[in-house]
Amino acid sequence: MQLEYFQLIDRILDLNMEEKTITVEAQVPNENTIFEGHFPGYPIMPGVLLIESMAQTSGWLLLALMKFERMPFLAAVKEAKMRGFVSPGEVLTIDANILHEGSGYAMTEARVRVGGKLRSNATLTFSHIAFPNPDLRGHMDAVATRIGFPQQVLLP
Amino acid sequence: MGQLGRDARSLCHSGIYLQYIKGLVMSSTFDQVATIIAETCDIPRDTITPESHAIDDLGIDSLDFLDIAFAIDKAFGIKLPLEKWTQEVNDGKATTEQYFVLKNLCARIDELVAAKNAGA
Repeated sequence: MQLEYFQLIDRILDLNMEEKTITVEAQVPNENTIFEGHFPGYPIMPGVLLIESMAQTSGWLLLALMKFERMPFLAAVKEAKMRGFVSPGEVLTIDANILHEGSGYAMTEARVRVGGKLRSNATLTFSHIAFPNPDLRGHMDAVATRIGFPQQVLLP
Repeated sequence: MGQLGRDARSLCHSGIYLQYIKGLVMSSTFDQVATIIAETCDIPRDTITPESHAIDDLGIDSLDFLDIAFAIDKAFGIKLPLEKWTQEVNDGKATTEQYFVLKNLCARIDELVAAKNAGA
């Protein structure tokens, strides 16, 4: 997890294009200035970052389904629940599935688990557009490589 | 009455019957859409009419319309081509009234449902 760059996903564990599901892993850092303020003497991962981790997980799934031709952007968060605290150093397993693929938008459901136990879940809406510039596309390609995006799923 | 008269009367009746059925289907589509809009956007149901413009009259913005599109897609088993419509409006090839006045929206929905059924 690179909190400073808002890149929360470490590794793609599974990407199933037929089922339209994804599972990723993300380790919460042991130390970060965020935990100095949230909260002093009782560090926990902020709920908004758990939501963001589910959004980024869903984002990789959508990028794959759209063959990296369009970029999804988070548009709405529904039914987000923080079911248990997430502490520094814990390893998150995050999975997402497609709820609906509309015209120019998509909805996903995602869950954060630690050791198999559900800590957070949400229903998310994304709008998606053609990549606005080559720089962003290049950046997403680089991150995809870093987190082990299975490029073979993009083959015809 | 001869055979011709009976056929004509029968045709006439079936024409009226078809119109009646069409009316039922259309009002049903409108009722469903109006209920979806009322529930999704917390708009009083009785303020929503077939002449209402979703954007100009009901004040629904593009993000709220995604929720409506989602509910319509699910309810009717279709995919509202929002991107295509938006592009046509942006290019000046269509007006928002053609797609977002509810009676017109319902007509588009009926067309999409008919196209889906024809392809099934």
